Amino acid sequence: MAERSFAHEVRKLRMGAGSTFTGEGILAVTKALLQSGVAYVGGYQGAPISHLMDVLGDAHEILDELDVHFENSASEATAAAMLAASVNYPLRGAITFKSTVGTNVASDALANLASGGVKGGALVIVGEDYGEGSSIMQERSHAFAMKSQMWLLDPRPNIDAIVRSVEAGFELSEASSTPVMLQLRLRSCHLYGSFTAKDNVRPPMTVKDAAEHPSRQLDRIVLPPASFLHEKEKIEDRWPAAVDYITSHGLNEVLGEGTSDIGIIVQGGVYNTLNRAMELLGVSDAYGNTQIPTYVMNVTYPVIDSEILDFVKDKRAVLLVEEGQPDYIEQNLNAILRRAGSDVALHGKDLLPVAGEYTATAVTRGLHAYLSKYLPNVAPGTPTLLLPHSDPRSPFAERVSAEVVRTRPPGLCTGCPERPIFSALKLAERETGEHHVSADIGCHLFAINEPFNLGATTMGYGLGSAGAAALNSKDADRPSIAVMGDGGFWHNGLTSGVGNAVFNQSDQLVLVVDNAYSAATGGQDVLSSRADSELRSTKHPIEKAVRGIGVKWARTVTNTYQIGKLRDLFVKALTTEEPGPKVIVAQSECSLNKQRREKPLRAQAIKDGKRVVKERFGVDADTCTGDHACIRVSGCPSLTIKANPDPMRTDPVATVLDSCVGCGTCGANAHAASLCPSFYRSDLVYNPTWRDTGLARLRKGWIGALSRGVERRAARFEVAEVTA
Amino acid sequence: MTSDRTTSWTTGHRPITIAILAMGGEGGGVLADWIVAVGETAGYHAQNTSVAGVAQRTGATVYYVELYPSGDAGPDDARSEPVLSLFPTPGEVDVVIASELMEAGRAIQRGFCTPDRTTLIASTNRVYSMDEKLALGDGRVDSNTLLEAAHAGAQRFIGADFMELASAARSVISAALFGALAGSGTLPFPRTGFEDAIRASGKGVDASLAAFASGYDAAQRPAPRPTAAPSGSGPVSVTIGRSRPVDPAEEAAEAAAKRREEVAATDPGSLVGPALQAHAARVAADFPAAARSMLLHGVVRTAVFQGPRYTEAYLDRVARLAAVEPDDGTARLTTEAARHVALWMCYQDTIQVALQKIRRRRLDGVRAEAKAADDQLLNVHEYLHPQLDEIADTLPVALGKAVAGSAWFGKLVRKVTHNGMVVNTTGAIGFSMLWAMAAFRPLRPRSLRFAREQTAIDAWLDLALTAAAVDYDLACEIVECQRVLKGYGATHQHGEESFTTLLAQADALIGAEDAAATLVRLRDAALADEDGTALCSAVAALPQSEPALSHAH
Repeated sequence: MAERSFAHEVRKLRMGAGSTFTGEGILAVTKALLQSGVAYVGGYQGAPISHLMDVLGDAHEILDELDVHFENSASEATAAAMLAASVNYPLRGAITFKSTVGTNVASDALANLASGGVKGGALVIVGEDYGEGSSIMQERSHAFAMKSQMWLLDPRPNIDAIVRSVEAGFELSEASSTPVMLQLRLRSCHLYGSFTAKDNVRPPMTVKDAAEHPSRQLDRIVLPPASFLHEKEKIEDRWPAAVDYITSHGLNEVLGEGTSDIGIIVQGGVYNTLNRAMELLGVSDAYGNTQIPTYVMNVTYPVIDSEILDFVKDKRAVLLVEEGQPDYIEQNLNAILRRAGSDVALHGKDLLPVAGEYTATAVTRGLHAYLSKYLPNVAPGTPTLLLPHSDPRSPFAERVSAEVVRTRPPGLCTGCPERPIFSALKLAERETGEHHVSADIGCHLFAINEPFNLGATTMGYGLGSAGAAALNSKDADRPSIAVMGDGGFWHNGLTSGVGNAVFNQSDQLVLVVDNAYSAATGGQDVLSSRADSELRSTKHPIEKAVRGIGVKWARTVTNTYQIGKLRDLFVKALTTEEPGPKVIVAQSECSLNKQRREKPLRAQAIKDGKRVVKERFGVDADTCTGDHACIRVSGCPSLTIKANPDPMRTDPVATVLDSCVGCGTCGANAHAASLCPSFYRSDLVYNPTWRDTGLARLRKGWIGALSRGVERRAARFEVAEVTA
Repeated sequence: MTSDRTTSWTTGHRPITIAILAMGGEGGGVLADWIVAVGETAGYHAQNTSVAGVAQRTGATVYYVELYPSGDAGPDDARSEPVLSLFPTPGEVDVVIASELMEAGRAIQRGFCTPDRTTLIASTNRVYSMDEKLALGDGRVDSNTLLEAAHAGAQRFIGADFMELASAARSVISAALFGALAGSGTLPFPRTGFEDAIRASGKGVDASLAAFASGYDAAQRPAPRPTAAPSGSGPVSVTIGRSRPVDPAEEAAEAAAKRREEVAATDPGSLVGPALQAHAARVAADFPAAARSMLLHGVVRTAVFQGPRYTEAYLDRVARLAAVEPDDGTARLTTEAARHVALWMCYQDTIQVALQKIRRRRLDGVRAEAKAADDQLLNVHEYLHPQLDEIADTLPVALGKAVAGSAWFGKLVRKVTHNGMVVNTTGAIGFSMLWAMAAFRPLRPRSLRFAREQTAIDAWLDLALTAAAVDYDLACEIVECQRVLKGYGATHQHGEESFTTLLAQADALIGAEDAAATLVRLRDAALADEDGTALCSAVAALPQSEPALSHAH
């Protein structure tokens, strides 16, 4: 099950009309779906929308009561195709995934869906993973909305506004027979706030009703001639219907009308940042009372020509605050204004950054430039962030040497079962030489950084093997290595990578990192998860799947912490003469999930008087010579350095922090890499048995006898330590 | 910096802004939630954002909270709730909480923490970044620089080792930092409000409250100041961790070292055991005062390693260098020789490692680290990986040669140790094995390695002496080259190669301008990586005209 339990949040989903729902943005969206009479929900987990999937996964009782169908889709494409249920039936459906990566995967299905159009409201909730904290390439979902003609909602970051746009999204979709994308930026998803709840609504038609009364409309299927008809419909019917709904329901807002002869147009999602910039410059306050007329685009596609022209008609200039590139909206506005013969000056990315996140700093500087140009005497605020960096009052004046603030990229957690895999691969390469390593998406991608430095490219989720396709020449003296996680494997890697390698007789080594979850996205179950699941069918072995698709050489390692064995297996796989892809499934449970499950159990067992052994590793400072070779094959957060306690030596020694979970990587590395004899494992025994205590007494006697001589000799030379 | 005209922002109609810089997994999210809970209970409008997901796994993360007093929205306001920002704005953050000293530095670097506004609450402990940990030598950044920045970069700096306070309370750092936030008095909420937020969260409440209380109290004390930089000109004194920190253990060690130096001058006999009194007397009689503390360490160490006669040899060796020590009181050459000769003479062979493993104080240390209760059962397992040549090296010459040449013995060792061996030091068999290994000590002088090491030590000291005649600083640096001889197995082998290169270069550098600085540069290069690339290129980068290269080849 997922990394976090949402039992508490699930209770909130039952809230009735009038009660106040407080929580994260993405949870509010979940509640909004139920209030909107959604009939089915699907999606693929990924930050920042994982919690939506996790909450619904934990809420199956509520969903059952309401007859809402919920699936953990196999991929974003699966999720998008699921919306087909809204084509012929008046079923409201919602899907969710991380964007733009998920939208990329889903785009085939989305394009087909948008072509034929929908009868029931179809909502695509995309978590826009852009800017600080993002883990993917920086692109915009906006392009997908434009190319397939789906409407794009970009509500301002306010829980109530987000909830209302879910409700409006369904209505807009139905009014215009068009799927609607609801874009939630990274920070909006994790925004904490509240709204007044409504009662949950049982869908008027359920998926069961629909399945039992099949219906079809030939002209909704994407095949000529209907597909040509669809394009015409998009422009002639659906677009005007959408404009009509958006304007009549006032989805976009105009604030501070009449306060000035210049204006600002802003994407809803950037509104709060804009208002902060305006507060800093003295042209708005905390309650949004702006002194510059502001048009807030809670719908960023389509752009409503009439609203734009109405907004600019009495203005000298407008500033468009549009995050990301290309500047689709700015281009659109230019076309609208030019066609209408407007002479208003349009500013945007001439004053604001062309690319990158629109942080408070970026927007404040851009807005300041705009106001200085048109209203030089109006803005009284001069925040220090406007000062040049050389000014000692600037927040960016150098107050700390850059040399002492090092980057701290994300890495594998303490106890992570993937660490020993990469240690073993690194050690194997000492014997076999280096290989081209094609990486994939997932925690295992952290192997590209220190200390492993393994992995040359990442081409997308599940595409690790496919990414190595070209680099497997029959004439080369070595194969390539492809890494893939269990998540990526089931998402598409089995066919796009392994099947492709079998079919094209590629010799590559495919390393499938099987930690029993889709771990990087929050620990959701996948087909090969080893936990029993009430709701899903699990325990389908990866090795069985690859053998089924035609792989002859496949091995499963069930304990990745045995680095020596794994290293030997890598060497074997990399040197075997056997043709075709070699697949190694390296299997051990994600440590985050394992600890979350086992820690409370262990604490309880200790309380209950059961025998429990708590393991951790340590380093003997006397024996450690401070060369840190152990760190260079591990990188564990719990394996670090400390000042050398030996007054004769200066370099810091390795040390193991209390956060150690005793996973065994240190010991295995000490062995496999022939490191040093400093490592030890201490086994602390709680509630020992009579056998334990008896044995301990015997041992104590024997050890005491032997060590007496050793200590007596040492006492001739040493003095008791001077107490500090 | 603000003009005379006022804005709602500058007249205080603005939220309280709090940024939390932590590493994923440290509980920064929990801390932010607690702050929101305190604020909401006190009638504030609270907003809290973070970036979650894979980017958070152990990486640097920012959580951000804004609190705005409720109730002043009017009917004509555009919004019924305050519009709060999702990003901290540089120069406009009231409180920065950093879970670690480098993260405090990052908050200053990013402009979140500024001297005109911000209360900085930072834990002064260090969680070392990967590149600090990877270095072969000492890659740690200077904590003093960070501490100075924390003082200079914040309006008010509340600093303490909150990690230590939290772990003393068996809790997590977020609870201690939350206590410091309450104790700082920067938020207009009573202490009970903070404590109620912890109680309401319902998990590990008692431990959290204890950590909270320690944090609260710590906020009333002044933050630690950077330790003074070495003053004056002249040769820099080479005390341990000179410009390092803040680490209370290190500070205590420095203080202890200072006291020890005084004792070493007045009563050297009290620093060694009864069997070494004559040696201590010789240290007092024949060596400069500044070097005595280090020498006495070496005296004890060499005696435990081998015996009092070995200690005689140690003192003889250091005496050669002490003889050329100029009389300026610092005795750098002698001190460094005292340090490095002892370290080399007490090389880490299997006998020495076995002895270290079975010492009583070591096993007590393991118990303390594991937080074992008195009489709680604790087993200790060693992860050993003896190599054939290590075993052969330990044995008397003839036997060692036979063993090294024996095919079947080699096979046996490989078979037993290919994937390492785990020895239970707390078991009768394991302890006896290690004890027996340590008992080989009297035979050590007849081993292959012993002879090899003694020859190498003397050659090294010969070179240092030759250099001392013309270039004192170079001699000191030659002595310090012993630092690269570290590790075991492949790492040690690499160290020996580096050392050979360094000595060859040093030999050629004698008489050259900037010889000492050049050798330092080369030594740093030797410690820069594990495959010798940096040293190779550093050597290659030496001016071609210098005789260094011709000597080296």
